[in-house]
Amino acid sequence: MSDTLTTPGAHTRMGSNSGQPMTRRDGIAKVTGTATYAADNRPEGLLHAVYAMSSVARGRVTALDVAAALAHPGVVHVMTPENRPPLAQDPDDKPEGSMALRIEALQNSSVRYVGQPIALVVAETLEAATEGARLLAPVYAVEPARIGFDAGEAFEPESTGFGGQPNIDIGDIAAGRAAGTRHLDQTYETPLQYHNAMEPHAIVAQWQDDHLTIDTPNQAIVMARAAFAAFFDIPAENVLLRSPYLGGGFGSKALPIGPQILAILAARELQRPVKLALRRDQMFGPVQHRGATRQRMQLDMDDTGRLTLLDHHTTATTSSFDTFIEGASAASRNTYASPAIATSHSGVRVDTGTPGAVRAPGEASGSAALECAMDEAAELMGLDPLDFRLRNYAETDPQTGKPFSSKALRECYEAGAKAFGWQNRPLAPRQMRDDQGHLVGWGMGTSLFGAHMNKAQARAVLRADGSAMIATAGADMGQGAWTALAQIAADGLGLDIDKIDFRSGESSLPNGGIAGGSGHTATAGSALFAAGEDVIRQLADLATADPASPLFGAGNAGVVARQGRLHRADDESRSESYNEIMAKAGISELEGKGEGARDPGHAESRAMFSHGAVFAEVRVDPDLGQVRVSRLIGAFAAGRIINPHLARSQLLGGMIWGLGFALMEEGIHDKRTGRPVNGDLAGYHVPVNADAPMVEALMIHEDDAFVNPLGVKGVGELGITGTVGAIANAVWHATGVRPRSFPIHMETLIG
Amino acid sequence: MPLSISLIVNGEQKDIALEDPRATLLDVLRDRIGLTGTKKGCDRGQCGACTVLIDGRRINSCLSLAASQDGAEITTIEGLAAGDDLHPVQAAFIETDGFQCGYCTPGQIMSALGLIREGIADDDPERIREAMSGNICRCAAYQGITEAVIKANARMRDTQESQS
Repeated sequence: MSDTLTTPGAHTRMGSNSGQPMTRRDGIAKVTGTATYAADNRPEGLLHAVYAMSSVARGRVTALDVAAALAHPGVVHVMTPENRPPLAQDPDDKPEGSMALRIEALQNSSVRYVGQPIALVVAETLEAATEGARLLAPVYAVEPARIGFDAGEAFEPESTGFGGQPNIDIGDIAAGRAAGTRHLDQTYETPLQYHNAMEPHAIVAQWQDDHLTIDTPNQAIVMARAAFAAFFDIPAENVLLRSPYLGGGFGSKALPIGPQILAILAARELQRPVKLALRRDQMFGPVQHRGATRQRMQLDMDDTGRLTLLDHHTTATTSSFDTFIEGASAASRNTYASPAIATSHSGVRVDTGTPGAVRAPGEASGSAALECAMDEAAELMGLDPLDFRLRNYAETDPQTGKPFSSKALRECYEAGAKAFGWQNRPLAPRQMRDDQGHLVGWGMGTSLFGAHMNKAQARAVLRADGSAMIATAGADMGQGAWTALAQIAADGLGLDIDKIDFRSGESSLPNGGIAGGSGHTATAGSALFAAGEDVIRQLADLATADPASPLFGAGNAGVVARQGRLHRADDESRSESYNEIMAKAGISELEGKGEGARDPGHAESRAMFSHGAVFAEVRVDPDLGQVRVSRLIGAFAAGRIINPHLARSQLLGGMIWGLGFALMEEGIHDKRTGRPVNGDLAGYHVPVNADAPMVEALMIHEDDAFVNPLGVKGVGELGITGTVGAIANAVWHATGVRPRSFPIHMETLIG
Repeated sequence: MPLSISLIVNGEQKDIALEDPRATLLDVLRDRIGLTGTKKGCDRGQCGACTVLIDGRRINSCLSLAASQDGAEITTIEGLAAGDDLHPVQAAFIETDGFQCGYCTPGQIMSALGLIREGIADDDPERIREAMSGNICRCAAYQGITEAVIKANARMRDTQESQS
């Protein structure tokens, strides 16, 4: 454990709290059913809202039987484009410079995908609202659906994801192509994938005059507060967004969605609290998804197995009305060394909802294609896949040439390979069988994810009794923020964790930034730590200036904070407790503030990524083509690990997402109607317990002095990268068949 | 015409005037009785988040009409802990980190308890994984869940032995 790295303020050493494998602080609430998720709120006078969703992919609603819905007992209101109150912001607008997507909030009668809200029914009971929505019996003017790469309209994207650069060429592409003596040219496809967090999006909205309270799960609480406020022409401060628990997010719960806006409108219109919870089938429409990709990989190598060119072109789907595309080719910019790297994207518009961020957006799909191509290239060269990767190890960032802030990937390869037993792998496929006659194969992949940070603030108040309140509007969607952030906060204050009152999950608190890009611990954690440091600095000023203090004259830099006491750094036997210092100064509270953001100088000088290596073993039934993942071992280096217990869970979860990506997940839309064919959890398969028998995540020590003062990178999305390719490559090793389309279907293997 | 039903929920009798016969047991537990620990993940019996015990058996409460459960004895997640003392299954889930977001957790725990009591789990991880596969965890805390079942099963067996 990296618990001895001195922190920048030098007032304390991480380790008394950080680095400890604490169990979740919200554990008891979660196992007793007392954790309140949005839909668990039941304010007095609550109304239930259900939205009717379009059953066609393109066209216009020409009639709705509003009278029938209103006539149903219990129905109190039906909102349609005809009577929808005005909004201060057009749902089709994307405010300049903000992270936003176009949404549908009954701005007109047009339909642009199946599952779009076309009316809202509000009733005294959920049953009445549900039946009311059914009675609307919409009539449509239908235009043909455009589904799939070949039916959609192609376009050249200006960006990938939220503002990513679509086309970047590094080095001399023509020279790289000419220098290669071996050439690989293959195309890989990935399907639409839907987040399907266990908790469907929900909201309980209540108005009091021009103040709005919303209980809704959110990954970017303070940012979302402003986004919601903009629709209703009220200052952001008038919105209280409460999101103490999220039942999973995975990228889908950061931006407002149309149904939330409609529920808020209804609550204002009816002057009663309104609850709207999406049904599972409604999770396949307006809540974003991962767009499909078709990725052409061209790899050129010289005779020694070194890349001379890595060319990654992605075609990705988006909706007919927005621009978000999966930036898959970006995965090739920072993973392997090559003198020339070409990365580009094109887009295809189809009649689905708009895609968005799904766990490792871009990286997951891109890594799948890259790792498969690397495996095929290794085969072409007659090399072991790990050996081939090591020959192309990037000592500096291939995209920028900058040094990495830290990169223990070589150690990950080594530890993972050893734990897996990789050295016993036969080079050729179809060499191993288990005692049931199943084909056994081993494959590997490299994991890579940017060590992103956004911006956050925190506030700490040290109290006269030596306890402290410390707050930031962070979001715990299962990653363990309530626990890891509290551990960091306690260390910043030099207190035991049971002495701090950690507050989070609510928009009235300082901006906790975004729980996204795997940067929440780094960002909000840095803010919390800095707020604690600010308090300690003030406390040290008081003590060192007080002639009666044992710390008198020690100076700021010469003080260490630990377990509620300040000690002289040069003589730790001389100390004074926080409460003594405050009592003597006659103050009852000491407030500190902190910000979390990356040092611009470090951001400029270093490339910052988390790394890992994943090794997979699969067993394939030779007659049925059924694939089982029997072992999955990942080794990851992601800077300082604040809580190994919870970080491991995140990594395992990411790897199992990779397993789902490789073998199960596929959002299928009917080509004629655009309807989700498998729009529920029986049809849209995600891994269940029996699918993931043996998964292990090893955490490799890594110190990083540049990413942020805490040395923290991120682990939330890392595990999914690398894993998809590792499994696909293991399937080839078992069967001799190269799967190039995900998920891997059994018919591909037995054809 | 309201339909009167009576449920014994976590040992307490609840008389309910059911205005709407379409209400599922899940919605009645959550919206009428106010026991919101039981979660709705899919409302069609595909995810297991709504698992409760009825007369000791695991069921998906979203697939059961409340009206059809008149007189049933129901145990929900709120009925497991004795005051501040967690049930062994609950404690084991915390220790093994058998959850992340926590949304499927009440259903996982009720399923775990059901299968331990049914005696079908033993300590065989493979059988546990199979028997717990009706409960989806999108965070994929499956390893912790399986370990929790083994741990809780052992503790419950020890308690039983020391009592008999």
